[in-house]
Amino acid sequence: MADTSLFTIFMDGVFIKNFLLIQFLGLCSFVGVTKDVKSASGMSGAVVFVMTMSATVSYLLYTYLLVPLKLEFLSLISFIVVIAALVQLVEFVVRKNIPALYRSLGIYLPLISTNCAVLGAVLLNVRSDYGFAQSVMFGFAAGLGYTIVMLMMSAIRERSTLVSIPSAIRGLPQAFLLALMLSMAFVNYFWVIPI
Amino acid sequence: MDPLSEFIRGITRDNPTFGLVLGLCPTLAVTTSVENAIGMSAGTAFVLVFSNLFVSLMRKQIPSTVRLPIFIIIIATFVSIVDMIMEAYSPSMYAALGVFIPLIVVNCIIIGRAEAYANRNGPFYSVIDAIGISTGFLLVLMLIGGIREILGSGQIVTFGHTLITLPINPSVTTMILPPGAFLTIGILMAIINYQKEKKRVRGE
Repeated sequence: MADTSLFTIFMDGVFIKNFLLIQFLGLCSFVGVTKDVKSASGMSGAVVFVMTMSATVSYLLYTYLLVPLKLEFLSLISFIVVIAALVQLVEFVVRKNIPALYRSLGIYLPLISTNCAVLGAVLLNVRSDYGFAQSVMFGFAAGLGYTIVMLMMSAIRERSTLVSIPSAIRGLPQAFLLALMLSMAFVNYFWVIPI
Repeated sequence: MDPLSEFIRGITRDNPTFGLVLGLCPTLAVTTSVENAIGMSAGTAFVLVFSNLFVSLMRKQIPSTVRLPIFIIIIATFVSIVDMIMEAYSPSMYAALGVFIPLIVVNCIIIGRAEAYANRNGPFYSVIDAIGISTGFLLVLMLIGGIREILGSGQIVTFGHTLITLPINPSVTTMILPPGAFLTIGILMAIINYQKEKKRVRGE
């Protein structure tokens, strides 16, 4: 087990190894649902929730079932199934118990099963040999980092809809150029802080 | 429907990055050099060809209500195979591509082609389609990787051979860091949009 402190893992997940801007995980939702703040925050809420849950469940599954039975080669398939089942389960529970939350997260939940950020967090946990608390912390921190960037990006895009720019840049190219500026800020600012 | 035009369609109209805008994560993440770009597209191509072939062979047996989980299991099987082969035979490439080899499983290109093409067409055309799409993916990755590598380090080195060396070394290190990926794809997409627009205006 890697003995990295929980605070380091937290800073790593949120800023230094930010999923969207540094590691390029979950870009489909980054360019797809950042057209307004409301849907971006809905998507981010769902991602934080599912990421933390799947980091927890997949750690338990990997350590107590796959490793003792020497079935590590099945890890990829079982993680996918875990995430898909978890998303389905979350959907049932939230719809039954918290209908208001379901109405705001509803359409984003199915999207998450194919969001590479969630599977990426699970795989990175396994690769870096994290223990239980570390895995859960990394899942949560990565979700939080995702949320911060999604909110910044959607706020910028919402405010820049009326800006007059050449029509060839409108849409996806504009989103990528905005991401370029955010990414530069993250790379240059957070890489110089030693932790 | 002739095989050649189905093949060309994967490079031009249904190009995974600029036409369909799918699978952006690997496109941006692993294109720090041409070598990584080739490795990534080889892995993706293997998975895409076999998943298209198997989905197409089994399309009459798969009940349509549970087809997506079955597609995912088929894809995950081939991704596991690629993962293990790469780890065993080219460990340096495996280390450079990192988590993106197992992440081929959630690459929208592959499940998108299984759903949109292989599920409706015979095995022969499905394989042709897979090869076309993979070639399109390879070309885009090599283009982005080439631009980033040559601006970032002044030369393109592929599998030990130096292909191109610039007389002056610009070494804009930012191009190899994450912002370079966003810059390159943003500008390429703007150029393609501009060309499309010009063609449309001329057509009217």
